[in-house]
Amino acid sequence: MITKKVADVSSALKGVDSGMTFMFGGFGLSGIPENAIAELVRLNINKLTCISNNAGVDDFGLGLLLHQHQIKKMISSYVGENAEFERQMLSGELEVELIPQGTLAERCRAAQAGFPAFYTPAGYGTEVAQGKESREFNGKMHILEYAFDADFAFVKAWKGDTAGNLIFKGTARNFNPNMCGAAKITVAEVEELVPAGELDPNEIHMPGIFIQRIFQGVNYEKRIEQRTVRQRN
Amino acid sequence: MLDKNQIAQRIAKEVRDGYYVNLGIGIPTLVANYVRDDIEVEFQSENGVLGMGPFPFEGEEDADIINAGKQTITTLPGASFFDSAMSFGMIRGQHVDLTILGAMEVSENGDIANWKIPGKMVKGMGGAMDLVASADNIIVAMMHTNRAGASKVLKQCSLPLTGVGCVKKIVTNLAVMEVTNDGFKLLERAPGVTVEAIKQATDGHLIIEGEIPEMSF
Repeated sequence: MITKKVADVSSALKGVDSGMTFMFGGFGLSGIPENAIAELVRLNINKLTCISNNAGVDDFGLGLLLHQHQIKKMISSYVGENAEFERQMLSGELEVELIPQGTLAERCRAAQAGFPAFYTPAGYGTEVAQGKESREFNGKMHILEYAFDADFAFVKAWKGDTAGNLIFKGTARNFNPNMCGAAKITVAEVEELVPAGELDPNEIHMPGIFIQRIFQGVNYEKRIEQRTVRQRN
Repeated sequence: MLDKNQIAQRIAKEVRDGYYVNLGIGIPTLVANYVRDDIEVEFQSENGVLGMGPFPFEGEEDADIINAGKQTITTLPGASFFDSAMSFGMIRGQHVDLTILGAMEVSENGDIANWKIPGKMVKGMGGAMDLVASADNIIVAMMHTNRAGASKVLKQCSLPLTGVGCVKKIVTNLAVMEVTNDGFKLLERAPGVTVEAIKQATDGHLIIEGEIPEMSF
């Protein structure tokens, strides 16, 4: 059996360096690789290009990397809720490429699945289409988008086994499965790591072939960005 | 003149039995409160859930179960979770029956602008460009004019576009309009609002045919 298990986060992130391109799973703060982000903060490498749907908040998620000026460029679909992000963007310290959310997901999946590029109608006729090839299919206009090219993908799952198989929970799944195998090295952190054979193969969301390193995560905060509740009556 | 809840209530009448519906942030979110309870509808949130339910009771919030507005939610029987590529596959593949979203501007050929104001902080388009480019049935929920009193129902959008030629229907605080090849066709007026007042508040070409009925809820 092939084992993907590594001892801890520092072995999992072996080889990361300044100037690299990283993918981060998560939507808002849900399903973000908290341990990998904390280790990147500790390593304090910089000039990073980060592909992530959002950019965290001021004191959590990718906001922690922004705070230390480790990020050179963000590729995201939505970057609100982060004052430091705004400051760095407006001062020109931080380069930002905003792309449609479905295009972001598909550019990950294309990299995972071996498609160099694809056509999508999203963004046609808008500034997103500027400088891009366009083409009509079945009477509708589409633009050409390319697969991402990243060095590391950092994903977070609920459960995983030593063979690298992953199971996600709820909407914390989001971009995580699409980023597995979409970079040269995929690092998965999980809330619960079990020996291979313990997870039912029928229940696996992401086969271990897409993952190079897996480790048992620790101290998950799982912060809630917008706590909304209803009253009992 | 309608308030935001009444706009949502009027749009809820457009939701049919068996529909899968994607609701944008703002007024569209309120539509869920007014859907008739004798029809079956599933709400999709593009971050990866179908069958979205109400907010959780206090103490039952789960950081792993949120909607596209990052709010804690619950799920209803029959719900499912999925990844972002599959979520936008549902949208792009036109499996979602109805998309309801807000707008800053709509033009008479169905263009929509709702993501960027030049010179102001740009937060991003999120899933809006994917939604408007692919959905077959798009209803815009918005106020007829902006805070300065200028029309948002225009000949041509002045703000950067989110999508072209995609809006089918608009429900505002003043009127219900259909986007046709010839312009905005006035279908209904809000209670107490005259056709003249709607005309005044509309910059684009407004088509008025016969008696325009008052909205019912």
